[in-house]
Amino acid sequence: MSKYMVNLKINNMPVSVEEGTTILEAARQLNFKIPTLCNHPDLTVAGNCRVCVVEVKGARQLSAACATPVSEGMEVFTNSEQVRTSRKHIIELLLSEHNSDCTKCQKNGSCELQSLAFEYRVGDHVLMSLLKPEDLIPDISSPSIVKDNSKCIHCQRCVRTCAELQGVSALGVAFKGNHQSISTFLNKPLNEVVCTNCGQCINRCPTGALTERNNIEDVWNALYDPNKFVVVQTAPAVRIALGEELGLEPGHRVTGKMVASLRKIGFNKVLDTDFSADLTIMEEGFELLNRLRKVLVEKDETVKLPMMTSCSPGWIKFIEHIFPNLNDHLSTCKSPQQMFGAVAKTYYADKVNVKAQDMVVVSIMPCTAKKFECDRPEMRSSGFKDVDYVLTTRELGLMIRQAGIDFASLEPEGYDSILGESTGAAVIFGATGGVMEAALRTAYEVVTGREVPFTNLDIKPVRGMEGVKEASIKIKNVKPEFAHLEGVELNVAVAHGLANARKVMESVQNGTSNYHFIEIMACPGGCLGGGGQPIPTSKEIRDKRAEAIYEEDLNMPIRKSHENPDVVAIYEEFLGEPNGHKSHDLLHTHYKVRNRY
Amino acid sequence: MSTTEVLISELVEKHGRTRNSLMPILQGIVQQEKFLSEDAMVSVARELNISAADVFGTASFYTFLDTVPRGKNVIRVCKTISCHMKNKDEIIRALENALKIKVGETTHDKEYTLLTANCLGWCHKGPVMLINDEVYPELTPESALKIVNEHMHSK
Repeated sequence: MSKYMVNLKINNMPVSVEEGTTILEAARQLNFKIPTLCNHPDLTVAGNCRVCVVEVKGARQLSAACATPVSEGMEVFTNSEQVRTSRKHIIELLLSEHNSDCTKCQKNGSCELQSLAFEYRVGDHVLMSLLKPEDLIPDISSPSIVKDNSKCIHCQRCVRTCAELQGVSALGVAFKGNHQSISTFLNKPLNEVVCTNCGQCINRCPTGALTERNNIEDVWNALYDPNKFVVVQTAPAVRIALGEELGLEPGHRVTGKMVASLRKIGFNKVLDTDFSADLTIMEEGFELLNRLRKVLVEKDETVKLPMMTSCSPGWIKFIEHIFPNLNDHLSTCKSPQQMFGAVAKTYYADKVNVKAQDMVVVSIMPCTAKKFECDRPEMRSSGFKDVDYVLTTRELGLMIRQAGIDFASLEPEGYDSILGESTGAAVIFGATGGVMEAALRTAYEVVTGREVPFTNLDIKPVRGMEGVKEASIKIKNVKPEFAHLEGVELNVAVAHGLANARKVMESVQNGTSNYHFIEIMACPGGCLGGGGQPIPTSKEIRDKRAEAIYEEDLNMPIRKSHENPDVVAIYEEFLGEPNGHKSHDLLHTHYKVRNRY
Repeated sequence: MSTTEVLISELVEKHGRTRNSLMPILQGIVQQEKFLSEDAMVSVARELNISAADVFGTASFYTFLDTVPRGKNVIRVCKTISCHMKNKDEIIRALENALKIKVGETTHDKEYTLLTANCLGWCHKGPVMLINDEVYPELTPESALKIVNEHMHSK
């Protein structure tokens, strides 16, 4: 149904927009920028910060541009004296409750409130500070997220993110009036509530009220320690987003420059989480085939289908809190980060002749939940903490700047060998649907001896930004040992964003779905939209990152996990076979039941 | 099942499981138990399939939905401007002395909690107090004590 067009004037310039468009969007079409704080392209309209106020001719008071739809004949002024005076006053009011210790703030230089204060040249404090002393102590209980109420301007982007995108609502609005605060249940510390550590709130917080736990100094200390052998692994989604942190447009692939900068920073070896992503596909693919056999042939009722992926630590904590009765559906495979750590401090330590206790494993991740994951007590299969420190893409960007490296002029370099080899299948782990696609490329070939029946190996139905994607593949002409799968229609589902995950889980719980295998990523768009990725984020930015990921895949000489030479070698020399005894010791884990609220 | 859980399941039976049944359920619990315990809020969240932070958000917004333990009877003295100008402080002082507690506290026998409240809408007849749901207007320190005394002996 076509929409009516509405004609209006903004700053005396005529514009024609679809009905339902807000003044804010209409002004953008004319390239008038109206400042916003509570507004975010991924979230519903809140209209509570008021910095977007504009004058509408004939209206008694100023209107919030983000929350006011256009109407025929409307005349809007975005920069009148009244607008400017009010806007400046609103910014000053916000600052009166804000801890403006900007030079010490993690968001210094990337804070939306700070830029507005700068733009509007707010003067000396005209208003009394209403900062509450009890807010001055930040909540540092979580290994992933720091919550500092003294920086909070109550825009509720985090609350909407947690509710609308993630369906978790670990954060809510508590109390009222001047006592209002963004609070967990009973204001408990973040590590005691249902927070999944996904960090999506951090990506959308306009100030320094929500930031990641910073581990940069820990990593520098390890690098400066002459007795430590420091290896670094980089997740698939970092290489297509790091550029944004260092002044490039979204969608730039900077794999080679990233490797070069890590080497310049001083890591002893620069290795790739993509290697262990391929390893994950082997373990998880074979686990799926085993489960299918046990359920379809042996009728083993203790084995659960659908099997669900276990790469995303935010998703894992979500299911442990909200659907712990479905824990048995989770693949027992550790995430690629943790598989890497376990292998690094055993197999690889032997190879490079370094004692495991002298090795420090650092991960560069698009993710804040990975900081929590590496602290889990289950993640010590090597006898040590398998992964010592996790840095987000943002933290790596800062480290590169601290090191004085001119990123743009770096010549691309390649990963070290071994554990630096990867495939296109591993790269796409960074996008929603990628693990599914990689798993199908391998599993289908293992079962039938032929490549998946999709042009260029691109399994299009599981790609894209649809919240829940479904696909099915008919398995035909199988190898003799997989005769039980002949003619089976393999049904798969892919969901990203925990609100979508919840829908899929409810369908599994009610028995209304017929899936065999489900991929879930906690963050919108998958890891490329992770809570540790460069800020800002929007659908357009995530789309560009996804394009870059699939480009990277297409450009890889090897595009199937089971063909990764490092993976082939580790099975021959060390692990034996997928899901074998050694794999179970090092590469698999178990899950907890956590409090529901 | 604890008595609170039994109460909550009865309230859910009566009011339903939709988001807008949250208020009457919380009011029902406060009526019985005088406050919302952590366990009660978690149970309500579970029954309504919403987050506990959302239940706490609603509970903490409304003054009459207490989240800390209260006595069997709650006295609330209006603290807003009209009652203030009519010497509500004297009423409070008299009650504090008689009950041997300060505003915000509960008597040792858990019978009475003394609180202040924002405008009760009785500005023309201030100062006023509430004992549970009953309004007592045009108080003096003496009449306030008499009313509380009678309340104590009416059971």
